[in-house]
Amino acid sequence: MKLELRGITKRFGGLVANDSIDLVVQPGEIKALLGENGAGKSTLMNVLYGLMQPDEGEILVDDSPIRIRSPKDAINAGIGMVHQHFMLVPVFTVAENVTLGTEEVRSFRIPALRFGSWSIPARSVSTFGLLDRRRARKDVLELSERYGLAIDPDAYVEDLPVGVQQRVEIIKALLRNASVLVLDEPTAVLTPHEAEDLFRIMRELRAGGRSIIFISHKLKEVQAIADTITIIRRGKVVGERPPSTSDSELAALMVGRSVQLRVSKDQAKPGEVRLAVGDLSVPADHGGTAIEQMSFEVRGGEILGIAGVQGNGQTELCEALMGLLPSTGSVLLDGKDISHLSTKERLRAGIGYIPEDRQEDGLVGDFSVAENLILDVFDRPPFASGISMDLNAIRQSATTQVADYDVRTTSVQTHAGTLSGGNQQKVILAREISRNNTVLLASQPTRGLDVGSIEFVHKQIVAQRDSGVAVVIVSSELDEIYALSDRIAVMYEGKIVGYAAPDVPEAELGLMMAGASATAAHTVAEGQSPADLAAAGLTTAAAVADAISEASTPGEESGNE
Amino acid sequence: MSDQLTPAAPEAAKPDADTGGKPRLRLTGQMIIQEIVEGGPVVITILAVFLALVISALLIVFSDPNVIHAWGDFFSAPGNAISMTWHSIATAYSALFEGSIFSPATIGAAFHGGSIAAIFYPLSLTAFEATPLILTGLSVAIAFRAGLFNIGASGQFVGGACVAAWIGFAVHLPVVIHIVACVLGALVGGAILGWIVGELKARTGAHEVIITIMLNYVMYNLLNFLLSSTNFLQQPGQSNQIAPPIQQNATFPHVGGPPPQANVGFLVALAAVAGVAWLLSRSTIGFQFRTVGANPRAARSAGMSVERSWALVMLISGGLAGLAASTIIQGGGPPPPLNPNTYGTYGFDGITVALLGRARPVGVLLAGLLFGALQAGGTVMQAATTPQVPVDIVEVIQGLIVLFVAAPPLIRAIFRLRAARGAGLEAVAKGWNG
Repeated sequence: MKLELRGITKRFGGLVANDSIDLVVQPGEIKALLGENGAGKSTLMNVLYGLMQPDEGEILVDDSPIRIRSPKDAINAGIGMVHQHFMLVPVFTVAENVTLGTEEVRSFRIPALRFGSWSIPARSVSTFGLLDRRRARKDVLELSERYGLAIDPDAYVEDLPVGVQQRVEIIKALLRNASVLVLDEPTAVLTPHEAEDLFRIMRELRAGGRSIIFISHKLKEVQAIADTITIIRRGKVVGERPPSTSDSELAALMVGRSVQLRVSKDQAKPGEVRLAVGDLSVPADHGGTAIEQMSFEVRGGEILGIAGVQGNGQTELCEALMGLLPSTGSVLLDGKDISHLSTKERLRAGIGYIPEDRQEDGLVGDFSVAENLILDVFDRPPFASGISMDLNAIRQSATTQVADYDVRTTSVQTHAGTLSGGNQQKVILAREISRNNTVLLASQPTRGLDVGSIEFVHKQIVAQRDSGVAVVIVSSELDEIYALSDRIAVMYEGKIVGYAAPDVPEAELGLMMAGASATAAHTVAEGQSPADLAAAGLTTAAAVADAISEASTPGEESGNE
Repeated sequence: MSDQLTPAAPEAAKPDADTGGKPRLRLTGQMIIQEIVEGGPVVITILAVFLALVISALLIVFSDPNVIHAWGDFFSAPGNAISMTWHSIATAYSALFEGSIFSPATIGAAFHGGSIAAIFYPLSLTAFEATPLILTGLSVAIAFRAGLFNIGASGQFVGGACVAAWIGFAVHLPVVIHIVACVLGALVGGAILGWIVGELKARTGAHEVIITIMLNYVMYNLLNFLLSSTNFLQQPGQSNQIAPPIQQNATFPHVGGPPPQANVGFLVALAAVAGVAWLLSRSTIGFQFRTVGANPRAARSAGMSVERSWALVMLISGGLAGLAASTIIQGGGPPPPLNPNTYGTYGFDGITVALLGRARPVGVLLAGLLFGALQAGGTVMQAATTPQVPVDIVEVIQGLIVLFVAAPPLIRAIFRLRAARGAGLEAVAKGWNG
C-alpha cells in the first residue's frame, strides 16, 4: 500500500508543529523520519494515526484521499502504530494482549438433544463470549514464525524483556492487517543487541511487502535501516536523502548548523588515583549477586568508560557507589573510605552524580528549575542557614547557572518537567558539576538527547576531566563510550571482563560486551577459529562459545549494510 | 547555537503537555484573564462553590411545600410561582449569610444603643466553627505535600483530646501556664500518634492509609475505655462516659460577647497556618517534604532521607490534629467535657478542607473559613425559615463543593471553559502511591 501525506499543517496556538509536510511512503519501503526531539515527528504521526486532526492537508492511501478521525479509522486503513510506551496489559499473556480490542469469540456447537419423541436440534451459539484463545495463540505463533519474532504466546507480558514486548506490539499491529507500520522511536528503549534484532525484523517485514515509517533521531540507525531518509526540522521537511549520506550532512540538516559529532579532546593527563573501588559486591533483588567482587581505579583527569549491554549490573554499580543500594567492599575517595557513608555524605564528600533516569531520579518535574538546581545542596549555605532557606540566593544562583549552562527556559520558575530532555539534562549537569567534585559519575548521560544537546553534555564532561576530576561514564551506547573514554572497562554479568583502549575495534568491544575476555575477543576478531583459541588455552570454553555466538549476530547485521 | 535550533521544541513534542503551544511570555493582565478563561484552580473552586449553591437552592425550593403548591398554579398565577421561589431561596441564603458573615439589622441596632460587638457576632461564630477545621485541614494538607494520605487525623485528634482534657482537669496550674500546658499536651498527644504512623511506614513500608484507618478505631475505643473508668478519664460519680470539666484556668479566653465565639483557639489556628506556610515554602524541612512528595526517588538520589521525612511529616501532621482537639477541649465557653462524641467528624472534614484548599496553607485557611461559615450560618438558616430549611443542607453544599472541586473537567464542561493546564488534585492524589 502506498501512503501519502500531502501538505499536512498542524498548529497549536501560535506554534506551527507541522508546516505543510509532504511525505510519500512506497509499498515495501522503510522510510526514516529523522529529526530532533520536538521537530514535529510525533505530531505528524499522531495526525496520521487519527489522534489529532490536521488543520490543513490530506492523507492518501493508494492515491485516494481518506479521512482518519480516530485510531480505529487508521487501523481500518491499514496503518499500525507502535508507540514509544507500550499499550500492553502486563498481567495478560501475549495471546490475550493481541486479542484485546478485537476479541475473537469462539462459537459453540450445542449437539442435538433428544428426549424420546421430543428433540432440540443442534445449533451453533456464539453469544457465550468465550475468548478464542486457541485461535489467538495460533495467529501469534504463525506471525512469530514468519517474521522470526520468537514470541511465546503463553508468556506473561510482564515477564518479557522490553525488546520482546515491542515485538508483541508489532504483532498486534500485524494481526490488524497493518500494511504501513509506524515505529515511534523504537530503539529508545532497546539495548544495542535488541535494536539489531528489531532491524532484522524490520527487514523481514519489508521483504513481506509491508512499509515501515521509522521515527528516530539517531543518525547511525537511520543510515543502517532506511531506504530513504526524510529530515524534519522545526515542523518542516528540510530534505530527503539516501542512507548513504554522511553523518555530518544528516546532522547538519537536522540541527540546522554543522555539529561536532565527536567532541575534540586532548590526550588525557591522568594524575593520582581519586576513586578506588575494591571488591564491591551488591546482592541482586531476587537472590544472587548483581555486582560480584568488582574492583577498579579511576585517576584524576581521565574518563573511564564503563561499557556493557544494559542490565549487566551498571545500574546497581552506580547506585551502590552512591549509597543507594547496600553493598560490601570498599570505595575510596582520594584515599578515604566512603563505603559506610549515606548518599548525602557521599555527595558532600565530592561525588557528582548524574543518574541514569533523569526524570525519575534526577529531577522533580513539578519543581521549578531553580528548585531542581539546589536539590542536593538545599540545606547548605548560601541557600540555607539553619532550617531557613534564602529564596533570593537560590534564584540568583539559578539565574547564573541557567545562563552558564545554556538551559533554554523562559524563567527559573518554569517547571522542570516541561523542559525538553536536553534542557532537563543540562539542569542536572549544572547542579552536579558546579560543586567542587573529586569524582563525576554519569550514567547514560545523553540517552534520548538530540545531537545538539549531546555535543554540549560531552563538552562539559570533558571539561570536568580536564579540571582534574576523575570521571566515570556508564553507557550502553558504543558511540558515547568511544567519544568520551580514555579507558574502556567492559561490564558483563556484574563483573568487569576486561579493559580496552579507546581505539579498540567495535567488533572486539562487542565481543567483550558479550562476556569474552579482552584477549579472547581480540583473537576472535582477528579471525582465528575457536579451535585455535582452545589450543592456545586463552580462555574458558564458555566464554569462547558466548563470544562466537554473539559475534555472528551483530557482525552479520552490520555486514549487510 | 543558531536561532533555528532554539526549541519551540518541547511544545511541539508534547502538544498535550501543560504549556503546549502557548506563547510563554504574557502580560500579567493577560495571565489573569487566561487563568479565568482556562479555569485555573482558584476559578474552579469559586465556580464549584457557586454551582453547589445553585443545586442546593433547587433542594431548598423542592422541600418548600408552599413553592411546590405555587408552581401547581403556575398557569393561573405565574408571577406568584416565580416570586415564591425567589422568596424561598432568598430567605434561606440571606439567613445563611447573616448567620455567618454579617447581618444588616445589627448595624441599625448599634445606632440605637445596641451592642457594636453584635455586628461581629456572625463572623466570630464563623471563626469559631472554622478553627478545628483549619487545623485538621492543615494536618491532612502537610502530609499530602510529603506524599502521604493521613486518614488518621480523627484518631490523632482523639489522642490530643485525651491529653489536653487530662491536663485540663487533673493538673492545677496558674492561668496562662495552664492554657499553654493543655495546648502543648494536645500537640504532643496527636504528634505521638502521627509519628507512630510515619515510623511504621518508614521502617516496614506499611501503607499509611491502612495504618491510620486502623489507628482511628484503636483510638475511638481507647477513648471509650478511658472514659469508662474513674481511674482514667471518667468523671467520678458518673455512669456515663464523660470526663470531668476542665478547670477555668485552662479554658481559652473569649474575644468578647456571649459564647460560643471566636477565642484564642482561632489565633492558634492562624499561627499554625503561618507556621506551616513558612515551613513548606521557606524551610529546608518543607523543601524535603515537598521533594519526597513529588518524587521520592529523586529525593533519595539527592541524598535526602525519605524515611525520616515520612516520620517527621507525620509527627507534625499528628501534632496539628492534636491542636485541633485542644481548640475543642479548651474553647467553646464553657467547653463541654471530653466524651465519646467529642471528636465528631473533624478529622474527616479535615480531608475535605485540605482537598478544597489544594493542600496549600492559605487555601486550607480559606476552605476552613468557608466550611465554618456554612456551619455557623446553617443553624441560623434553619431557625429563620418557615418551613424550616434543615441545617443538613449545609452538609449537602459542602459535599457538592468538594465533588465539583475534585472533578475539574466536570466544572469545565458545565461552564464551557477551555481545557486547562493540568494540576488540580492530581498532585494531591499522589498520596495513594506512597
